Amino acid sequence: MTLRTDLDSDTSADVVADLPEDADQWTAKLRHAAVEALPPERLMPDRQPAYVASWIYVFGVLTLASLAVVIVTGTVLAVFGPTWWHVSSEGLFVNSLHLWSVEVFFFTMIVHLWGKFFMAAWRGRRRATWITGVVSFVVSVGAAFTGYLSQQNFDSQWISTQAKDGINSTGAGAIFNVTNFGQMLMWHIMLLPLVVVMLVGVHVLLVRRRGVVPPFAPPDRVVREEEPTGLRETAAPVEQR
Amino acid sequence: MGASFASLINMNGPGHYIHWGIIQISVANLVLIGVMVLVFIAAILIPYRRHGDGDR
Repeated sequence: MTLRTDLDSDTSADVVADLPEDADQWTAKLRHAAVEALPPERLMPDRQPAYVASWIYVFGVLTLASLAVVIVTGTVLAVFGPTWWHVSSEGLFVNSLHLWSVEVFFFTMIVHLWGKFFMAAWRGRRRATWITGVVSFVVSVGAAFTGYLSQQNFDSQWISTQAKDGINSTGAGAIFNVTNFGQMLMWHIMLLPLVVVMLVGVHVLLVRRRGVVPPFAPPDRVVREEEPTGLRETAAPVEQR
Repeated sequence: MGASFASLINMNGPGHYIHWGIIQISVANLVLIGVMVLVFIAAILIPYRRHGDGDR
């Protein structure tokens, strides 16, 4: 780390200035790598390709919106606690919002998954985008499962006693005990949401970095073009909207 | 018709299940999957109103 001695001229602009002697610092290297991978205009673009004007492209954003409702309602439930969500009318309402936003989350995520599968959305060096989406889906199933185990009702008792045989048959029952309410609640409100949000964050950043996958081109209009992220096959140039 | 529809969405009673060989699925889940398929098809077929279309 280089210590500045000309403190009189320190402004926020001076502090972040690219000075040649700072180029080897890890902060400078990390900043340059981040800006190169995701320049602001790519991170927050004003326009999308014309082919994005289709309802099938809306379901990714709907999934994100419902995930936001899941996180917010879950946070409210954590603040006020089980007695509130089981007994008071406001608590029951927020509890229901939490459940139904999860239902919408999975509904829209499945339609999003079908759309991307039939578009072969891993094309054009988008493998990591596809994989992070798939892993997010799998971890979300675990998050929902531990949520159903945390309901503190007969439904959660039934689910846990049915699931324990399956989990035990995998050998994981010793460390992942579905009849242990405290453990399942911690997984549900801490570990799995953290993983889901991190994976979804990486997924969205990858979508920004690689762009939205273009549709398949008709056979007579396939062109091969070089782009910064590699060679891709696409339809003839598309207009911007 | 009304009574049978009400029994389908009554969540206070035992669930309705369909058995087909080794496949067993609740009516609620089957209906939900059907709605997802319909929404998927609609999302592909229904034209998306693009920004500025109203000016043309």
